[in-house]
Amino acid sequence: MVEISIGQVLEPVIVGPITRHMLALYCGASGDHNPIHVDSDFAKAAGMGDVFAHGMLSMAFLGRVLTDWVPQENIREFEVRFTAIVRVGDVVTATGKVMSVANGSAELEMHASNQNGEVVIKGRASVVLD
Amino acid sequence: MINRDFIGYTFPPRELDVEKGRLRFFAKAIGQTDPIYGDEEAAKAAGHRSLPVPPTFLWCLRQEKPDPYDYLEFLNIDLAEVLHGGQKFKYHNLCYAGDRLTLVEKIANIYDKKDGQLEFLEEELTVTNQDGLLIAELLTTIVVQHREKPNG
Repeated sequence: MVEISIGQVLEPVIVGPITRHMLALYCGASGDHNPIHVDSDFAKAAGMGDVFAHGMLSMAFLGRVLTDWVPQENIREFEVRFTAIVRVGDVVTATGKVMSVANGSAELEMHASNQNGEVVIKGRASVVLD
Repeated sequence: MINRDFIGYTFPPRELDVEKGRLRFFAKAIGQTDPIYGDEEAAKAAGHRSLPVPPTFLWCLRQEKPDPYDYLEFLNIDLAEVLHGGQKFKYHNLCYAGDRLTLVEKIANIYDKKDGQLEFLEEELTVTNQDGLLIAELLTTIVVQHREKPNG
């Protein structure tokens, strides 16, 4: 059984600075081949200025926060909204916080921020406690 | 504007195989160092029957087709205007490398904000395994941003 207390902050996963190489690897590995994340010419023509990270890459970092803390089978719900774009050079810090514990499960607030403290992804997870 | 008649449309089910090498590549790409996601022996020692599919990879499976954006073309949406707005997962059972999964996608909702400048497409995805076991339910929100482009 994991140790748990309300207000507990989960061990953060810190990644960065984000490189174009990371985005190329995630493009291939995830199967999300949208050129807007890896092709600067395409991103500029689309009005985005430059390539930017896949939202699901930041969500994967949050997923690591969860699986570093509990066995994956204990995760029951995991949801996010993508609130800001992660750009090349950004450092992403992903973490979570225990908000409540009831009936053998914990409710967590999950978020990731960039180096300026801007929240790039925000959501929640529900985890069963063995 | 996306045609609202597509609300409720269900795509034909698709079957696909979960591959070990692909899961290892994904683990590398997200910086995952926990050995259960890359080393089958470590996974088995932890009680898994093979490499587990990590929490967010289920979303990636959705793109496993010759043209992952064919649904955008089908809905007459420009790929360059698309952003991922939100993602929900509800997990029921783990799935593993070697599994053959069935994916069923449905357009759950289409709506707009800011006088149509922003359109939202909500898509449900249900994943079951080769034994008919429910693996997960996903809800993807795609934002279509009708923004100014440098060349008009």
